[in-house]
Amino acid sequence: MWIYEKKLQYPAWVEGCDLQIAKLLFAQYGGSDSELSAGLRYLAQRYNMPIPEAKAVLTDIGTEELAHWEIIGTLIYKIINRATPEELKAAGMGPNYVEHGRDVYPADAAGVPWTAAYIQAIEDPIANLHEDLAAEEKARTTYEHLINSTRDRGVIDTLSFLREREVVHFQRFGETLRLVQEYMEHTKCMR
Amino acid sequence: MDIGRERLELLKEIMAIDFSLVELNLYLDTHPLDQRAQRLQNEYVTICKDLKEKYEEDYAPLTHVYASECPWGWIEEPWPWEINYEMGGI
Repeated sequence: MWIYEKKLQYPAWVEGCDLQIAKLLFAQYGGSDSELSAGLRYLAQRYNMPIPEAKAVLTDIGTEELAHWEIIGTLIYKIINRATPEELKAAGMGPNYVEHGRDVYPADAAGVPWTAAYIQAIEDPIANLHEDLAAEEKARTTYEHLINSTRDRGVIDTLSFLREREVVHFQRFGETLRLVQEYMEHTKCMR
Repeated sequence: MDIGRERLELLKEIMAIDFSLVELNLYLDTHPLDQRAQRLQNEYVTICKDLKEKYEEDYAPLTHVYASECPWGWIEEPWPWEINYEMGGI
């Protein structure tokens, strides 16, 4: 189960009201390589992991991704919250305003709704973990593209923290893959 | 929404220590025999518990596992997405 804690993992800082970056931040909120995809992917993949380390890593990183999803949602909310419909329209967020108001609906930067088709869970732990390693790298690159797209120091600071988390998760998934491979080699020898 | 300097500083301290615990947790998942990391984890757990106890006593609940006076304190604003975290600080 999960328990909600009334705090963010990292302070979501916004300096100004860069509506353009708010629109682009949806890439990490409801896009293919978003925090939402990451969280649900890992939590869906954990059930048949062969070793306790892997079950723990997928549960814990999956949970952390939901905290990151909340940080991205907060950044978007803080930027669009005080914008007028005209300002949103001028920033290319007119369709988003018409369909969702200022709520933070899980869609990507182009407005395409999030879909579970972005993710996979296929029982094979080696295949699953390779998808996870790729997902972390793609998310890291997405953060770099976002950081290159704004001058808001608060947003850049927050995104830099989230980018670093992708690097750490990639490292932990790599270690998990090695542990699973060692386990599989070992059980093959025992047969 | 501003929550006042002292409360914000304590909240950020809790966020920082909780983050250290997330990081140690992930590390220990793949290094369960690392005694040094385990010691650090155990040390931070105590600090974290004390800070959260202080926050809930002085300000507001962090989770619903909270003995409240009437009215129910959990619903009080601000929620995490409404807080003004301010630039800089700890």
